[in-house]
Amino acid sequence: MKQDNAIRLSLLGLAMSAVTALAVITTFILKEGVPVIFRYGLGAFLFGTEWKPTAEPPIFGVFAMIAGSFAVTAGALAIGVPVGLGSAIFLSEFAPKKVAIVLKPALELLAGIPSVVFGFMGMLVLLPFIRVHLGGPGASVLGGSAILGIMILPTVISISVDALRSVPRSYREGSFALGATGWQTTWRVTLPAARGGLVAAVILGMGRAVGETMAVIMVTGNTVQIPHSPLSPVRTLTSNIALEMSYASGEHREALFATGVILFVIIMALNTVANTVARLGKRA
Amino acid sequence: MTPIVEARQFGVQIGGNAVLREVNLGVRRNEILGIIGPAGSGKTTFLRCINRLGDLEPSLSTTGTLSLDGTDVFSPGTDVAALRRRAGMVFAVPNPLPRSIYENIAFGPRLMGTRSRDRLDEIVERTLRASVLWDEVKDRLHTSGLKLSGGQQQRLCLARTLALEPQVLLLDEPCSGLDPISTAKIEEAMQELKKQLTVVLVTNNVKQAARASDRTAFFLMGEMVEVGDTGDLFTHPRDKRTNDYISGRFG
Repeated sequence: MKQDNAIRLSLLGLAMSAVTALAVITTFILKEGVPVIFRYGLGAFLFGTEWKPTAEPPIFGVFAMIAGSFAVTAGALAIGVPVGLGSAIFLSEFAPKKVAIVLKPALELLAGIPSVVFGFMGMLVLLPFIRVHLGGPGASVLGGSAILGIMILPTVISISVDALRSVPRSYREGSFALGATGWQTTWRVTLPAARGGLVAAVILGMGRAVGETMAVIMVTGNTVQIPHSPLSPVRTLTSNIALEMSYASGEHREALFATGVILFVIIMALNTVANTVARLGKRA
Repeated sequence: MTPIVEARQFGVQIGGNAVLREVNLGVRRNEILGIIGPAGSGKTTFLRCINRLGDLEPSLSTTGTLSLDGTDVFSPGTDVAALRRRAGMVFAVPNPLPRSIYENIAFGPRLMGTRSRDRLDEIVERTLRASVLWDEVKDRLHTSGLKLSGGQQQRLCLARTLALEPQVLLLDEPCSGLDPISTAKIEEAMQELKKQLTVVLVTNNVKQAARASDRTAFFLMGEMVEVGDTGDLFTHPRDKRTNDYISGRFG
C-alpha cells in the first residue's frame, strides 16, 4: 500500500512535468510578448502592414505576416486535404490488406522526414520548376503551400484513417445489406459517421501548417508583404520569429515574442475547435 | 414450384477451413424456414452467402451452387447490390444507421432513386406498420434511430429491410438480444409477412424455431443434418444428433 502510494505520487510528478513545461512556456511568452502589444496598440500591431523593427522609431505591424501565414496555410489545405482524405478513404475502405500494410508505414515514414529536408527539396526542385514554368521568383506562396501540403499529409491521413476505422463495422454491413455499393456506403454512411474525426484531422493538419517554420523559410522568400498572387513571396509569423530572433534586442525582441503570442492564440483556438468538433461528432 | 432459395452440394471455405460442407437445402416460397444449430455450425455463414454479404470476408470461397429464384448467386455476372435488395437481411445485433428513423427506412429506396416525398412517406408508414413499430414511433419519425430501445431498433431494421421489397427475408438471430415482448412482436410480424415473401430464420433459440417456423433445418459443424416440417422434426427427429440437440443434451 505504502509502495503503491509512492509510485502513484512519482507518476503524478512525471505527468505534471509536461503540464509544468506548458505552463512555463505560456507564462514566458505572454510575459515577454503581451506588454509590447498594449504599449504599441493592439490594433496597430495586428493590422499594421509595415514591419520596420530597426527603423527610428521602429514600426511593428504583423498584418502582412498574418496574411502570409493564412495564404500559405490555406494553400497547404487546398493541396493536402483532398490528397489526404482520398488516401485515408482508400486505406481504410478500399485497399486490400496487403496494400494497406505497406502504405501505412510508408506514410508514417513521411512524418519522420525532418522539415529541413522538405525545405531543401523544395528549394532544389520545386522553386526552379515554379520559376521556369509559372513565372515569378520561384520562392512563393505556392511553393510554401505545396511543401506544407505534403508535410501535413501524415497528420491528415493517420487521424482520418483512425476516424474512419472507428466507424462500427455494423454500419457498413447494414448499408451493404440494404443494397448500397462500396462507394455509396462510404459516401452516405461511413464519411458522415466519421465526420467529427475528419474535421479534427483537417484542423490538426492546419495547426501543423501554421506552426511549421524551417521548410517555410526555405521556400517562401520571406518578403514582408501582403501576397497579391500565388507566385508572390511572403513571410509567415513563424518565419518572422526564426529569422530575426538571433539579432533582435529590446523592443524588437519583445515584438517577436508578441508575434509568438499571436501564433499561440491561433494554435490554441485551432486545437480547441478540433477537440470540440471531434467530441460533438462522437456524440451524434 | 421451384424453391426460392436452393443450395446444391453447397460448401463454403474461409481461409482454407471448411465452414459448410455439401449442403442440399431448398427453401419453399412463402414459408418460414427455421435454421437451428449450435454456435459455429455454419447457419449464419449460410445466410450471409444468400445475399453475398460473405464477400466482406476476402478469404471466403464456395463450391457447389446456391441460387435465388433460379439464378446462381455466385455467378460472376451477379449484380450484388440488386441481389441484396432481393434478399434483405436483419442482423443479430440491431444496427440502425446513425440517422433518423425516417431516413433509416428511406435509405434503401433513395439508393434506388426514389425521390418523391409522398412515395417515401408511404413506404415509411407501410413498413413501420408491417414491423409492428408504427404506433410507437409515428410521432417522432425524425429522431435518431439510435435513441430507440433495442427491441424497437430491431423492428426499425426489419422495416428498412422491408422497404427494399425483398423476395426473401434473411433473419440472423434477430431476437437474440431482445426481451420476450419485442420477440413476440417480431414473430407476429413474420407470420403476417410470409404471405408476401419467404423468411429464413436463423436462431439459437430452439423454442423460437418450434414456435415460429413452418419447417426447420438442423445444422451441425458445417453439415445440414436434416430438414423437415417443424412439427415432425421436433417430435420425430430422424437423426440421433438432432434429437440430442433439441432435447438439450448439448449446444
